[in-house]
Formats: sequence, C-alpha cells, structure tokens
Amino acid sequence: MRETTAKQDLFRGIWKENPVLIQMLGLCPALAVTNSVENALAMGVATFFVLCGSSLFVSLLKRFIPGEVRISTYIMIIATFVTVADMGLEASVPVVHKKLGAFIALIVVNCMILGRQEAFASKRPVGRALLDAVGSGAGFMIALLMMGGVREILGMGSFLNIPLFGDNYEPWVVMILPPGGFLTLGFWLLGMNWWTERKKHKQKELAAEESGERRAA
Amino acid sequence: MSHAPTDTVPADDSASSFSIIATLAIAGMLAGLLLVVVYEATQPRILAYREKMMREAVGLVLQEPASFATLYLVDGTLLSDLPEGANAKDFERVFVGYDAHNNPVGFAVMHNRAGFQDQVKVIFGYHPETGGLMGMKVLESKETPGLGDAIEKNKEFLSQFSTALLPLTGVKKGAGKGDLHEIDMITGATISSRAVIRIMNEAFERWDPLIQAYDHGGSH
Repeated sequence: MRETTAKQDLFRGIWKENPVLIQMLGLCPALAVTNSVENALAMGVATFFVLCGSSLFVSLLKRFIPGEVRISTYIMIIATFVTVADMGLEASVPVVHKKLGAFIALIVVNCMILGRQEAFASKRPVGRALLDAVGSGAGFMIALLMMGGVREILGMGSFLNIPLFGDNYEPWVVMILPPGGFLTLGFWLLGMNWWTERKKHKQKELAAEESGERRAA
Repeated sequence: MSHAPTDTVPADDSASSFSIIATLAIAGMLAGLLLVVVYEATQPRILAYREKMMREAVGLVLQEPASFATLYLVDGTLLSDLPEGANAKDFERVFVGYDAHNNPVGFAVMHNRAGFQDQVKVIFGYHPETGGLMGMKVLESKETPGLGDAIEKNKEFLSQFSTALLPLTGVKKGAGKGDLHEIDMITGATISSRAVIRIMNEAFERWDPLIQAYDHGGSH
C-alpha cells in the first residue's frame, strides 16, 4: 500500500478524492435526501458519525477479525453505528429524522463506508484510520451540502428555511423533485471536471514554459 | 523403486471454524449490548415526542378541548380502560374530547390509505350527533412537494374541514352546489385531495357505528 502522510490521509477525502464528486460513491443518499440543506446536513452528520465510529473499531479490532468473515464483521459494526445514529437522530431531531425516513437505515449499504473499511481502516493504525474517516466524512458532507444548497435555493427560494427572494420568487419545484437531484449532480460534476481539466492544462502549460526556458538558457 | 516427490502442503493460514464463529458471536453480542444501552437512553425521549405530537394533533382537530381521553377498540367495542395486562400498543384507538364540564365535544379518528406517492395518514375530529367536522390534520404524507403536499399547507382547503359534514364529496373548485358535504379539491393536487376525502369517508364508515354505540351506551 502506498505510504501517505497524516495530512494527506485527512485532506484526500475532502476534495481530491471526494467520495461523491470524484469517486461517485454514496450517490443514492446524495440524490435522494438533498432536497434541502437541513436534510443534507442531517444525512452528512449521520454518515460522518457512522464512518468515524466504524473506522475506529475496524482499525482497533483488525488483528482479531479473521479474513474469512471480515466483510460480515465490518457490516455488523457499520449496522450498529447506523442504528445508534438512527435512534440518536429520532430522539434529538425527530422532524428531520421523519423526513430522511429509510435513508438513515440505508447508510449501512453506502459503499463509501464499507469501501473505507476494506481499503484503509483494516490496514492502517487507529489514528490514520480516524483521519481518513474524518476527511472522507467531511468530503461527503460538503458534497451533500453543495447539492442541498443549490436545490433548496432554486427549488424553494430559501436557505436553511430562511426565505431569500421574497414572495415574488416562483420556486423551481423540479429542483426538489428527483430530476432536480440528477440535474444538480450533473452540473456539479461538470463543474468539477472542467476545473480539474483546466488545472491539468495550466500545469502542462507551465511545465512546457519551464522546459522552453531551460532549453533557451 | 523411485518415489515421486511428495507435494509440499502449503501451511494453512486460514482461521479455524471456532475462531470465525467466536468472532461473529462476540461482535454480535457487543453490538447488541451497545444497541440496548442506546435504545434505553433514547426511547423515553422518542415516546415523549410522539405523545406530544399526538396530543397537539388531537387538540387541533377537536378545537382545543379542556381534556381528552383515549378509547381502545377491544373485541369490537370502544372502551376507555384496557383489560388487565393488555398492552395499549396492540389496540386501535380513537380519542374523545371533553369540555370544562366533562361533556364530550367530539371524537378524533385516525386513518390512512394510499395517496399519490405513498400512504397518507390523517386525523380528524367530528361531532357524532351531526357528523359535523371540527378539524383535520395530515399526520404523514410524502406527496409531491409543491403539488400534492398542498393537502397539508393549503389554508383554503384545510379550513373546509372545520365546517363540512361527513360523509364528504370531493368537487372541482367552484363546481360545488353549496352542499355542506362538498369539499373543493385543490387544483394540481386532485389525487391527493381525493385521497384525503376517501380516507375520511372510510374512517367515518368504519368508526362511526362504534362511536355511536359508545356515545349512546354510556360506557364512559
């Protein structure tokens, strides 16, 4: 496994390898529950908690988990944290919990979480596994908020339930319906790819300029 | 006599069945233990919130009675007290509201059926003598935002449920004849409006005979 620094482990998941925008993982909740910032935030926090809790325990117990049953054990650990998150949300923010419905329970099958356990937490020390979970969880939350922000602003004319445009604004209802999720994700991916390509292009140009200067010298 | 070289058996590094079963059993036990602790810690708050929501809904649809009581459906009869040892969760229930002099002011009934997207659950209050509605609240619905969800938000639509008479008939807005049984449906939310009306008619058909028997039987 490629050696990485602690800083890389923490920041990799936030942007460069963002679970939703780059790795295209966890798209089901990213499309389904991002019709408002509040819902996106609650789902982001729940997933963050489950990912950190699972990574901590998988990394702590990796020596005691036989390879043959590692996936079943990871799923059991993830499902436990999901159930804890489900009950915690219902007790603390019941209105949001009701809106998220089955999607809280479905965090169990979010492939980003199982993926981080299998690819990272089961092979690395506890500290690094936690840093990776914090980074990936934050990256997932940021992507959900980017989706939820656009959809709520256009679809309801508000941000975190605070009206932005007054009574004359005609909400784009389609943005809070399922097609709005696909449209928003599509435009964000387009923007991300454009930005990445532009960065690569600039780097190439810079490298070409530097080699030209060297040749001239 | 030459002997063929024996194949070397690779060292078996797989875990024994015992360690596999033990790992899963211990993980399951620990997970179960954690869940019990969290369940015990969160359940009182969850139940208290549900109860508060129910009290608010009953208060709203019975126009803020001085008090209300829960009636349970036990063997086809409404009873205010459950048989000994029975669990309230196992019985369907309706609510009866009382004024300050302890006279019944109306009954609140819950019912659900399929709407446009998913199940719609409604609670409404009415006078059993006249069939006159006192109020209606949508408890659960996943109707289309901006269209079907108007059944929860449209004040004009909702206000009709405190004056109309059961059973209800849904009519297109403006096409009614002034009959008190008529409810103007919402343009753009016809299926959801019709679902609400059907839910209330079904509930009325089912519960009214039981409520009438309770109301006139003096079992309270």
